[in-house]
Amino acid sequence: MAIPENKYFFIDPHRCIGCQSCVQACSECDTHKGKSMIHLETVDRLQSPQTLPVICMHCDSPTCAEVCPADAIKRTEDGVVQSARKPRCIACNNCVLACPFGVPKMETSMDLMMKCDMCYDRTSIGKKPMCATVCPSGALHYGTLSEIEELRPRSRTNNEFRFGGQTIRTKVQMMVPRQSPATHLDVADGMFESPADEADDAMLSGAVFELPTVQ
Amino acid sequence: MKSPLLPRESLIAGAYGLGAMLILAALIVLGSRQLSHFDAALVGYTFASLFAMFGIVYRYSMWLQRPPTALYWRRGWQAFFTRRGRARNVGLMFRRLFSSFALNIFIWRRNWLRGAAHWLIMWGCVLAAAITFPLVFGWVHFEFADGSFERYRANIFGFSTFSFETDSLLGFLIFHGLVWASFLVIAGVMLAMRRRMRSHDALALQRFGEDLLPLIMLFAVSITGLMLVVSYSWMDGFAYEFLSITHAATVIFTLLWMPFGKFFHIFQRPAQLGVAFYKDAGQRGQQAICVRCEQPYASQLQVDDLIEVQRRLGYRYEFVTDRVDHYQRVCPRCRRISMALSQGKLWQESHGTAS
Repeated sequence: MAIPENKYFFIDPHRCIGCQSCVQACSECDTHKGKSMIHLETVDRLQSPQTLPVICMHCDSPTCAEVCPADAIKRTEDGVVQSARKPRCIACNNCVLACPFGVPKMETSMDLMMKCDMCYDRTSIGKKPMCATVCPSGALHYGTLSEIEELRPRSRTNNEFRFGGQTIRTKVQMMVPRQSPATHLDVADGMFESPADEADDAMLSGAVFELPTVQ
Repeated sequence: MKSPLLPRESLIAGAYGLGAMLILAALIVLGSRQLSHFDAALVGYTFASLFAMFGIVYRYSMWLQRPPTALYWRRGWQAFFTRRGRARNVGLMFRRLFSSFALNIFIWRRNWLRGAAHWLIMWGCVLAAAITFPLVFGWVHFEFADGSFERYRANIFGFSTFSFETDSLLGFLIFHGLVWASFLVIAGVMLAMRRRMRSHDALALQRFGEDLLPLIMLFAVSITGLMLVVSYSWMDGFAYEFLSITHAATVIFTLLWMPFGKFFHIFQRPAQLGVAFYKDAGQRGQQAICVRCEQPYASQLQVDDLIEVQRRLGYRYEFVTDRVDHYQRVCPRCRRISMALSQGKLWQESHGTAS
């Protein structure tokens, strides 16, 4: 069983409305029963209502796996970076600190790192991840490239990210403006960007939703 | 320049593996008093054990040469032997050994079925290994004591130790030690197999070689061992030779498989202790402050170590700005927010230039 090659996970953080549906649905996934692996962050609670969901981006060269001293994190042939293997994880927290997207969670009581595995029990048999089935705003979408192109005519996909001198490519695609000349997303552009500093909130100003085309 | 036939790491690991194998061989000769107490019928088990020793030490050595493992191995020992905390660390080590290794508390917390399965399998294997290896290597042998056939004496490394009556309860428990071990293992394997056959997560993620084969092997070893007991106790040795060869084949396969599959976690897992002492040292030391939110988020020791590990692995998370020199100085939460803000910024710019 493997994830179909034509299926992609698309994330569009600025569409998030903070409804928590993804968080609740995630905790129902069978591979991490009862525990939600999604981080639903508020950008700045005092200044902005903007929220954003964070899922694992499933890097081609996962830093979390490389820095793991126990060799506990494995990437499947279809590109999904799995949660730490239970017999091996020694709960050192390296993956939590090293992940460039801040994804893994440490379950201290169980001495175990857990993370989003794209609901592998579902996606490996052709179903959608739990979060993508319930997201009402399309911040999390699972489907084919042609589907997303039809749904978001003003957007395009990007899976290249820059962190200082390091470029990371991911299986998960982030939506960016179609006319943007950027070839990648640079974390430095947002790192010291605060809604409080700006007259215009970067994320809210980006929140111009593309409504689905009604056939 | 021609590349060497074998990488340097492999040669080092091979040398350690060979050394460990030779030491074990020497201990077998020494402990069995020049093989005088060595049972030649068990020579197959001995050679399988010697190979397992080579393979385990080879793989362990390869594992230790990975940059993160090498660093945390060193740091774990440094944290344990820190001058002021040595006595406290010894106490802590025993407490952690008891809670994590003897009781498996962290596994019970994951799920009772996992906890019960692992605890039964682990103690069954520990008991079986404690009995089997010394017997196979000739380190322990029994002989009649006091010139009668009523008392048995255990000799360890050729030195006489305690004796017991052959018909006593203690004798019964000792002679059937492997039976008790196999009861524990079989019960544990049944519980683990039940989970592997029914649980959706296990069905999606498990692999035959990694997850099912070890359980099948443990079951095969235990059940063939029990059949030997049944054969000589109640069936006048029916099919004993066939059963003993089958049992030997299952045990030897399991020993040969030890360095490669899931069983290797037995040797990796103690690293959990070193990490616990490393974390203690980190908590007592300076805390790293996130350059973005200015909140503490990890120990400075671990952050600095991670920067070093990432450099050795070839990652380039360095920044050329006044506000931050390395991405590792940003806490996980600020990483999550920063990426989304940079995406939002693209939209902001796009609105500015559009229309």
